[in-house]
Amino acid sequence: MYSEKVMDHFSNPRNVGEVDGPSGTGMVGNPACGDIMKLTIKVENDKITDVKFKTFGCGAAIATSSMVTELVKGKGLDEAEKISNNTVAEALDGLPPVKMHCSNLAADALHAAIEDYKKKNAAK
Amino acid sequence: MKKIYFDNNATTPIDPEVFDAMMPYLKEEWGNPSSIHWAGRGARKAVEEGREAVCKLLNCTGLELIFTSSGSEGDNHAIKGIAYAKKDKGNHIITTKVEHPAVLNTCKALAKDGFETTYLDVDGDGLLNLDQLKSAITPKTILITVMYANNETGVVFPIKEIGEIAKGRGITFHTDAVQAAGKIPLDVQKLGVDLLTISGHKLYAPKGIAALFVKRGVRLVPLIHGGHHERNRRGGTENVAGIAAIGKAAAIAMRDMDKEAAHLASLRARLEKGLAERVPHIKINGHPEKRLPNTANVSFEFVEGESLLLNLDMKGVAASSGSACTSGSLEPSHVLLAMGLTHEMSHGSVRFSLGKMNTAEDIDYLLEIMPPIVERMRGMSPLYAGAK
Ligand SMILES: Cc1ncc(COP(=O)(O)O)c(C=O)c1O
Ligand code: FES
Repeated sequence: MYSEKVMDHFSNPRNVGEVDGPSGTGMVGNPACGDIMKLTIKVENDKITDVKFKTFGCGAAIATSSMVTELVKGKGLDEAEKISNNTVAEALDGLPPVKMHCSNLAADALHAAIEDYKKKNAAK
Repeated sequence: MKKIYFDNNATTPIDPEVFDAMMPYLKEEWGNPSSIHWAGRGARKAVEEGREAVCKLLNCTGLELIFTSSGSEGDNHAIKGIAYAKKDKGNHIITTKVEHPAVLNTCKALAKDGFETTYLDVDGDGLLNLDQLKSAITPKTILITVMYANNETGVVFPIKEIGEIAKGRGITFHTDAVQAAGKIPLDVQKLGVDLLTISGHKLYAPKGIAALFVKRGVRLVPLIHGGHHERNRRGGTENVAGIAAIGKAAAIAMRDMDKEAAHLASLRARLEKGLAERVPHIKINGHPEKRLPNTANVSFEFVEGESLLLNLDMKGVAASSGSACTSGSLEPSHVLLAMGLTHEMSHGSVRFSLGKMNTAEDIDYLLEIMPPIVERMRGMSPLYAGAK
């Protein structure tokens, strides 16, 4: 039921773990199913230089988590902010309709991490 | 790649003996059992022989058995059939929170016609409290429908005791015995039930054939109106090959049940013991004894069930999380939630349902591949970090 790309990211997820001394952390629960994702980012000169994830969720949740880290690594913050759940799902050659909500998790965690970074930065 | 099937509660493979028994009715004996001529005679004989064999398994008479297309149809027929037949007597139904959707959604659908349903709780072991059942009964209660064995956990309910309670109050009693059939005894006289549903494809017969026992004297409004088939109780030309198949499957179940139950129980013990020794932070769901011999429902803390299933599938092992019918829904298992499991533990459950084709080697293969899979997935889980 999953595309080859989804299965590839599921069996060989990229960037699993937590960034050392993260600039921002996003931990979100999926309101639809209760699954959870934690994304940590390292930001230097408004660029995401490192990013890692940990996810408690289904196959689609893990694949979208992995994909989102690939999509944002090395990207500027303003570019990363534009990434939506659709961007991630498309990059994976699509998700089954019942699994579309899973991609929200990755996008939400990314935006939460960026938000967290901005808050921390503004406080400095 | 190895191919190991641990999803026998979803559907069973077709027993080769069953396959051989049904083939003639797809090839030579294709007649309509209602015909009086030569073409229909063999088919009629097959239908009556199939009926006899299923009746032997249930210990009922031929007049008391209706062939249906599925367990879902049997459940619908029993519940709607009784509700509409007894609507002048009352509008109240009692069932449990852990029934199959074929029962739960039928009760829900009846609400639009003014029927009300009480859903009984289960405890942490998945067991009912019969006092709650007794106190749920009102003068308007017309039907109690409680499954014999749960499809997700294998937990077995005390059908005989419930039958006595129902009988004492003049309430019709139906049990969904789809998962019990072939695994534990199904004598309708001993159980004291008025209606009982079974389904062929959980019993090594093919999909599309099932049966409903209706005790003599129990009046039922038909679900499918049609010709005179099944004594006017279920329209539709009989599924002759299917009936031959479920008949054979019932005969095999009669013959082999004791041996098979012992085989399944020993494999299940090997699986559960082996997992408990090799994988920390697991929980086996359902009462340890009051269970079918073939079902192991295991929660792997900190990881999600579907991701475990995908990993198992990549290694050739077929299992499921919750019931096959609920996968594709976002909700964790309604059965495990009713047992009080947390959301994460329900989401992290895997059901291994064993069948007669399984061997000790199958179990050992699972025990070998499972620990690294769980470890890998836990390594990815944000819930695990602090728990080691
Ligand atoms: C307990 C129970 N009842 C009913 C059914 C439905 O049977 P069928 O698939 O034949 O409609 C199932 C099958 O999953 C079941 O496990
Ligand atoms: S089902 Fe929860 S993220 Fe996919």
